[in-house]
Amino acid sequence: MSLQPASTDIATRAQSVIDEFKGLEGPLLPILHGLQEEFGYVPSETVPVIADALNLSRAEVHGVVTFYHDYRNHPAGRHVLKLCRAEACQSMGADAIAAQISQALGIGFHETAKDNSVTLEPVFCLGLCACAPAAMLDGEVIGRLDADKVEEIVAEVRS
Amino acid sequence: MTVTIYVPGDSGALALGADKVAKAIEAEILAHGIDARIVRNGSRGLYWLEPMVEVATDAGRVAYGPVSAKDVPSLFEAGFVTGGQHKLSLGDPEKIPFLAKQTRLTFARCGITDPVSLEDYEAHGGLTGLKNAVKMIPADIVKQVTDSGLRGRGGAGFPTGIKWKTVHDTAAEQKYIVCNADEGDSATFADRMIMEGDPFVLIEGMAIAGLATGATKGFVYIRSEYPHAIAVMSKAVEVARSAGVLGKSVLGSSQGFDIEIRSGAGAYVCGEETSLLNSLEGKRGVVRAKPPLPAIQGLFGKPTVINNVISLASVPIIMDKGAEYYRDFGMGRSRGTIPIQIAGNTKHGGLFEVAFGLTLGEIVDEIGGGTVTGRPVKAVQVGGPLGAYFPRALFDTPFDYEEFAKRDGLIGHAGITVFDDSADMLKMARFAMEFCAIESCGKCTPCRIGSTRGVETLDKVAGGIEPEKNLALVTDLCNTMKFGSLCALGGFTPYPVMSALTHFPEDFRPVAVAQAAE
Repeated sequence: MSLQPASTDIATRAQSVIDEFKGLEGPLLPILHGLQEEFGYVPSETVPVIADALNLSRAEVHGVVTFYHDYRNHPAGRHVLKLCRAEACQSMGADAIAAQISQALGIGFHETAKDNSVTLEPVFCLGLCACAPAAMLDGEVIGRLDADKVEEIVAEVRS
Repeated sequence: MTVTIYVPGDSGALALGADKVAKAIEAEILAHGIDARIVRNGSRGLYWLEPMVEVATDAGRVAYGPVSAKDVPSLFEAGFVTGGQHKLSLGDPEKIPFLAKQTRLTFARCGITDPVSLEDYEAHGGLTGLKNAVKMIPADIVKQVTDSGLRGRGGAGFPTGIKWKTVHDTAAEQKYIVCNADEGDSATFADRMIMEGDPFVLIEGMAIAGLATGATKGFVYIRSEYPHAIAVMSKAVEVARSAGVLGKSVLGSSQGFDIEIRSGAGAYVCGEETSLLNSLEGKRGVVRAKPPLPAIQGLFGKPTVINNVISLASVPIIMDKGAEYYRDFGMGRSRGTIPIQIAGNTKHGGLFEVAFGLTLGEIVDEIGGGTVTGRPVKAVQVGGPLGAYFPRALFDTPFDYEEFAKRDGLIGHAGITVFDDSADMLKMARFAMEFCAIESCGKCTPCRIGSTRGVETLDKVAGGIEPEKNLALVTDLCNTMKFGSLCALGGFTPYPVMSALTHFPEDFRPVAVAQAAE
């Protein structure tokens, strides 16, 4: 975690996100979602700014940021591909699909391709269990993954 | 007359290309100069037929499916806007056996109406329950819900009316209604479907809960993996607010009630009610010890009703048709209907709402139609990642809270994952432990440490290292987790592990021993 004061730019942008949600009851998660939308991740420099605004310790804010799988501490690739790893998708061959995608992209889960094209993340259930195996590419849902759809996905993230 | 064409906007349909189908239909409408409009309805829950497109004709609705964008020109050539025959014709959707055999109470409108049209909602019987509730005293609303026999559909099966009564009886300046829409269990999608397909029924249920308990503020905590549900719910809340269903006065009554939509952040454990409350408060989603009960000290320390989506969405029909009407469905102490979700390796995957009491075999073999791969069913997991694996030998178990408990299983949120004979049950048991380790909130030791030790020990079994000794250790560990964990995550992870071990012992024999025996 940076001990330097937040750079003015990040601090200013963070402050406007914080101001937007500060009035809510229990505003921390909405603020963190807002920051991730603004920056693509939750920059560690924003932690003291949040702590100050909500009258919390930096440790408390850090604790919350690191508890949830959604919040990243560094930017993701240009595309984010989430592959469902849960039971219903496993029953339809999700493990083989994951191996295929991982090989095609040259990265494992929680990794970003060297050319920064894509980040591969596991997800435990997208609620598409009756059309498994399922994935989510940049927020778009994809069901019944097969070799053809994998090829399309790989082509899309590389374009 | 304008023809109405329905193309589901449900995530499951979108995942199978519904947006492309809608676009193609729009292009054809323009090209042919047809007077038609497209409604993005919810899904009827017949996912093997999605995207299922419907046309409203003079003779009623006619369905086609599964439609892909490339089928659209030929559908227009076949005159589908007037219900013309096509190779994808399904006829009257209500007569498709999978739908005809259901009893749709909670999902009565799902897939039929325009999800964000309040006029449509009212035209199909919506708001009648809330209108009745507005005229009643709070205690009578609570009594009607109690008398209906409705139990929490999130998994625990606790009587909904009793929760409400506790909040009703606890005096406080501020009370809350929290809807648990953190539907993280694999094989479950009922909450997602109702939020995307009939959001007003949930809003109506929450407003009734508010009137019954004196709560004026509601939160819907939706998992971030459901962006479409978040979008539809947010839109529906706006519509309800501008129509006076929500706001300072609920339908002109003296009580106000408003709803805020909140997004989770990818933590499975936040589906546990107390960790959800912590998460809403902006804290780590760590489980709280009970007591105090959330009904007495819940969100921000205030009396809080926390109910699952389906529990709340089942309330409007109870307030509309009466407690007896709802209670007359079901068996034993499991009253009313349950939306069963059939998923995984199944021919007819989807949502099947029916009174309690069907046997597991009827659901898997007759309704689900067996596996899509055509191989024999080896096991089904009922109740999500914390539910037990059932072998075919237990397929006579009726779908009922108590009957499942007797067989060391649970209904949970009523999701069923079907596995064919290629499933490796040792691998599935290991996955259960691994999942628990990934998602544990870390508060209690049996869950936090036990799950990691469980993975290591099952890896030893898989590697053929002292299998008997290590399986005894796993059994002992499961016992500790079951009785020593604070919540269902650590406490129920032993269900999939032990059921796999008990019913499929052959999968736990090391390869070397298995080969030697052959």
